[in-house]
Amino acid sequence: MPPWLTLALHSFWPLLKAGLALTVPLTLFSFVGGLLLGFVVALIRLFAPPPAVAIVRFYIWLIRGTPLLVQLFIIFYGLPNAGIVLDAFTAALIGFVLNVGAYTSEVIRAAILSVPRGQWQASSAIGMTWAQTMRRTIVPQATRVAIPSLSNSFISLVKDTSLAAALTVPEMFQVAQQIAAVTYEPLILYCETALIYLIFSSVLSAWQTRIETRSMRHVPKLEAAQ
Amino acid sequence: MISLSGIVKTYAAQPVLHGVDLALEAGSVTTLIGPSGSGKSTLLRCVNLLEVPQAGALSVAGQTLSFTPQSRPARDAILAVRRATGMIFQDFQLFAHRTVLQNVMESLLTVHRWAPPKARARALELLEKVGMQHKADAWPGELSGGQQQRVAIARAMAPSPQILLCDEPTSALDPELAGDVINVLAQLAAEGTTMLIATHDLRLAAHIAHQVVFLDAGRIVERGSPQEIFAHPSQQRTETFVATLNSPLPDWVI
Repeated sequence: MPPWLTLALHSFWPLLKAGLALTVPLTLFSFVGGLLLGFVVALIRLFAPPPAVAIVRFYIWLIRGTPLLVQLFIIFYGLPNAGIVLDAFTAALIGFVLNVGAYTSEVIRAAILSVPRGQWQASSAIGMTWAQTMRRTIVPQATRVAIPSLSNSFISLVKDTSLAAALTVPEMFQVAQQIAAVTYEPLILYCETALIYLIFSSVLSAWQTRIETRSMRHVPKLEAAQ
Repeated sequence: MISLSGIVKTYAAQPVLHGVDLALEAGSVTTLIGPSGSGKSTLLRCVNLLEVPQAGALSVAGQTLSFTPQSRPARDAILAVRRATGMIFQDFQLFAHRTVLQNVMESLLTVHRWAPPKARARALELLEKVGMQHKADAWPGELSGGQQQRVAIARAMAPSPQILLCDEPTSALDPELAGDVINVLAQLAAEGTTMLIATHDLRLAAHIAHQVVFLDAGRIVERGSPQEIFAHPSQQRTETFVATLNSPLPDWVI
């Protein structure tokens, strides 16, 4: 067996383990938290009084206008100077949730606006409350519209979690750096890491396609122009 | 009986209804006719409070609500009115993500808290009545406009409302498909359903209605039986409008 293959096989399990133990949970927690935040922010932008809208617009402007890596550094390395000390995983999680929340809030807002006004009126006319209308009529239809964009955010997030390596979180990329540092084989290690990210993203994409197909089942297929 | 009195509705300083009075006897069918922008739809929507008037009073389901420019009625009072009324829309507005059967069951399950088997039985019964039981599992997007409107009628009638409000129910349909919808509405009328219908369709306005109300620029110009309004209107404005509705075909047709 060529030495590079031996190295690749030996490092595969530590990398995968770090991926399953940290990259995947960090991605899932960040995305679920970010989606909840994004939904609340979208509702505030659509329905809240102007001062609350101004606050969330400022938040979106701030997060989208600054690099994610800088945000993570501020939270983990900067906040201790202000007396707030967080462990690396928590700091990364907060950073990703804030980031996902800002980007997905705009997607969710647009998706809610895409549901025709008549659907609100039809729900009101049968006596639904605002909350029932939201839960039973608007969110299910908005979800279908939002899924492709939200999937993009999700797959970006899988890869963005590698930035947590810079905060000393021993996720997959951090482990790859450690092994590369002692074996002097960065090419093999980083290619292998890329491969595992690719596997994660592919599994998630396949999962997304299934959810999308399910959400589209009531939509007639477009016929190709004759 | 459902009654509206002194209803005033204004959009951003633009008055749409100037103090309208209307009484709807139980079991009667009333059609609202009038040019676009006359306030027909707005008046219809004031009955189930999709539009909340700035002045006047509404009596429905045994309660009377009075309106002022400053305040909306309590949320529960608005919901009570909506639960006692049913509405169908010009563009149907079936819930796109629910099947035909689920559309009809929705208010029973979510609003009236019926058990699913009971709601399902009631929904199937109504779908049969409107001739749509064979499409119970179809998606709204797979149906023609006339079929969607018949499902919408079943959805509106599911909780047995005290009145069915119809906002131009045939305007988005070709005359043939509209015929199916009109037949269903005529059947409901014959069974004693109280209805208020905003329409340009003479088949509804002249044949089904007991009372015709002609509205122009936010005021009721004239009201009476279909014969009175269409054959012997007392107001010049009514006569002019009615003439546009049944403008005769050219001579060579006959």
